[in-house]
Amino acid sequence: MSIKETFMNGEEGLFKPNSLTPMQKLTLRFVVVGLIYYAFAVIEGMMMRIYEVTPIAAIGDEQFFAIMTAHPLVGIFGSTYSIVFGAFLFLVPFLMKKPLWSIKLGNWTLWLIAIGTFIFWFSGFISHYSPLYTLYWPLPADFSQFSVWGGTFFILGIALVMVGTAFFVVNVFKTITYTPEGWEKQPAGALIKSALGLSGFRNLFSKKKKEHLVSLPVAAIARGTVDTALNAGIILFTGVLILVYMVAELFGTSLKHSAVDALLYKNWFWWGLDLIADGLVLIFVAGTWYLLATMITGKKLFMENIARAALFVEMVVSWTVWSHHLMSDQAQPGILKILSGEMVTAFELITQGLAFFITLVTLWSGRPLKMTNPLKFLLGGLLGFALAVPAGIMQADLGLNRILHNTQWIVGPHVHVAILVGLTMTLYSAIYILLPILTNGAKLYSQKLADFHFWTHLLGGIGMGAFMGMAGLNGMLRRTVYSNGEFAPYMILAALSGALLLVGFLAFFYNIVMTVGLNGVIGIFMPAKLKTKDLLPS
Amino acid sequence: MVDSITVLYGQTFAYTFYVVAIMLLMLWFSYKVTRDGKSKEIKPALFYSFVGFLVVIGVSLHIATHYTIPWKSLDLERAEITPDKIFDISAADHQFKLPAEKLSMKVNEKVLFNVTSEDLTYGFGIFRQDNSMVFQMQVIPGHKNDVLWQFAKPGIYSIRSTEYSGWKGVNMILRDVVEVTE
Repeated sequence: MSIKETFMNGEEGLFKPNSLTPMQKLTLRFVVVGLIYYAFAVIEGMMMRIYEVTPIAAIGDEQFFAIMTAHPLVGIFGSTYSIVFGAFLFLVPFLMKKPLWSIKLGNWTLWLIAIGTFIFWFSGFISHYSPLYTLYWPLPADFSQFSVWGGTFFILGIALVMVGTAFFVVNVFKTITYTPEGWEKQPAGALIKSALGLSGFRNLFSKKKKEHLVSLPVAAIARGTVDTALNAGIILFTGVLILVYMVAELFGTSLKHSAVDALLYKNWFWWGLDLIADGLVLIFVAGTWYLLATMITGKKLFMENIARAALFVEMVVSWTVWSHHLMSDQAQPGILKILSGEMVTAFELITQGLAFFITLVTLWSGRPLKMTNPLKFLLGGLLGFALAVPAGIMQADLGLNRILHNTQWIVGPHVHVAILVGLTMTLYSAIYILLPILTNGAKLYSQKLADFHFWTHLLGGIGMGAFMGMAGLNGMLRRTVYSNGEFAPYMILAALSGALLLVGFLAFFYNIVMTVGLNGVIGIFMPAKLKTKDLLPS
Repeated sequence: MVDSITVLYGQTFAYTFYVVAIMLLMLWFSYKVTRDGKSKEIKPALFYSFVGFLVVIGVSLHIATHYTIPWKSLDLERAEITPDKIFDISAADHQFKLPAEKLSMKVNEKVLFNVTSEDLTYGFGIFRQDNSMVFQMQVIPGHKNDVLWQFAKPGIYSIRSTEYSGWKGVNMILRDVVEVTE
C-alpha cells in the first residue's frame, strides 16, 4: 500500500470501523479524545518550558499563568481521565464477563469530559483566568486580577467534567452489581463488599474464608473509583462556592473574602485534590500493573491476597495524607503535619513499593518474556514511580519541606516523573495491549516508531524531571517567572528534554493514525452498525 | 545552626545514589526477564523482608531528619522559645511591608519572622545572592504565619514571595533587605 492509502485506510486496511461493537467504539472514542488533549498538554508544556528559559513577549505573564492553570487540568481531566475511564468502562464488564450497565451513560461521560475540558481550557486561554489548579483562597475570587466571566466559564467547564466523572462512577458500580437481562439474580451486596475489599478484610480475621467475587483488577478499579467520587464531590462543592462569589460580582455585589477561612478551605480542597494524586492514581496504577503483568505473562499474580489488602490500605491512606501539602503552613497544627503529613504519607512508600515488587515478581515468573511494547512501557511505568514516590516522601518531611516546598523539585522529580514516566507509560502499555482487542486485529504500522516513542518518552520524561529538580535544589521556584536567566542552563536542558517528549508523542500519534487510518478515526465517531451490548463482535 | 545548603547537598547525594541504583536494577531486570533461565520461586519471606525494609526506610527518614536538621525541632517548639529578635512583616496588594528598611541580625541569633497577609495567600522566602533558598513558609490571610530561624552564615539576603498570588505577584521581591553579621 502507498503511504497515502495507508494514511486513509490504515496499515494493510485491516482496521474496519464498521466491524466494531458500540462498546469498542465508545472505548476508542475515549482514547482519541484523551490523546488529543494529551497533545494540548504537551504543546502547552513546551510553551511553558520555553518561557522558563526566557520570557517572550508573544506569550506574556498573564498568558503564561493561564497556561500553567489549564495545563495540569487538561492533562489530568481531558487526557488521563478520558483514557482511564474509557479503558475501565471496557475492562470492568470484560473482566466480569457481562455487558456495561449503560453505554449511553458512557457516551455522556465522554462528551461531558471532552466538552467541559474544552470550555475551561478555552475560557482560560481567552480571558487569562489563572488561579492555578490549587485555587488558594481567595485567589479564584480575586476579580481585581481575573475576569468574572472568564472565571465563570472556567468553573462551569470543570463542573461539566465532574458531572461526567459522576456518571462514570455510577456506571462502574452499577456494572459490578447489576443483573443483566436473562441472568440469574446477582448478589449485589456481596459483589460490592468484595469490590471494596470489605469481604477480603473480613477474611483476614475469619476462619471461614469467603471466595472473592470480583477479580483483583476490578477491585482496584472499584477502590480507585471511590476516591474519584469523593474528589468529584469536593471539586464540585468548591466550584459552587467560587460560582457564588462570581454570580454575586456579576450582579454588582462584592462578597467578603474573609467569610471563607483560607486555611480551612486549603485543608478541604487538598483533601479532595489529593484523592487524585495519592488516591485514585496510585490505586488505579497498581491495579493496572497487576492486570498487565498477568496478561503479559499468563501467570497468576504473586501474593494476590496481600495485593488486595494493600489496595484497601492505599484507599484508607489516600483519605488521610492531605496534610503533606500544608507542611509550610505555620497555622496548620503540628500534630497533623507529623501524623498525616509525614507518617501516613510514608505508607505510600510501602503500598506502592509492594505493588512494584509484586509486579516485578509476577513478570519474573513468566521468564523468558519477549520485550513487547506492553512490557517495555510497563517497565518504564514501574521505573517512573520508583523514582517519583521516594522524591515525594522526601519532600513530605518537615525538615526538608522547609527548603523544598514550591520549588521546581516538587514539580520535576516528583510530579512530572510520576505523571509522565510512571502514569503515562503505564497507560501506553495498556493502549498497546488493548489495541488488537479493541480494533479487531489492526496491525501496528511501525515497530521502529514505537521503539523511538519509547526511548524519547523515557529519556525526555526523566531528563525533564531531573533538570527541573536540579534547578529546584538551587532555589528555583515553581510558580513564578525569572526574567534575567537566573536558571537558564537548567531550563534549556529541561526544554530539550521536553522537546524529546513532544517528538516522541508525534511519532506515536502518527503511528496510531497510520495503523487505523484517517477513515478509521472518523469511523470510530460514527454510529455503530452492530446493534449489540456485547463487548466484542461474536 | 547548620546552613540549609549543607542539608540540600546531603539530600542531593542520597537521592542521586538511589536513582542510579534503581535504574541499574531496572536495566538488569529488563535484560534478565527476556532471557531463558531457571526461575526460582520467590519465597514469601523475601516479600515480607522487603515490606519490613520499606517500613524502616519510611519511618527512619523522619526520625533521622528530626535529629539532624536543627530547624525541624525549632519549628515544632517555636511557641515555647523566646526569640532574640522579632520582625513583624505584612503583605498586601502584592507587596511586602517591612518594619525597617533593612532587617539586621547576627549569625545564630534566634529570629522570628511574623508575617501577616491582608488579602491573598502569599509565600515568604529568604534567598541568598546566588538565588538559592535559605527557607520559606506560606502566608495565609487571617492566620498567624511565623517561622523561627537561625542564620548560619553572615551575608546579604533577599525576600521573595514563594507562593503564586496571581500574575501581579511575579515581582514580589525585596532585594538585599536582610543583613546578617558575625
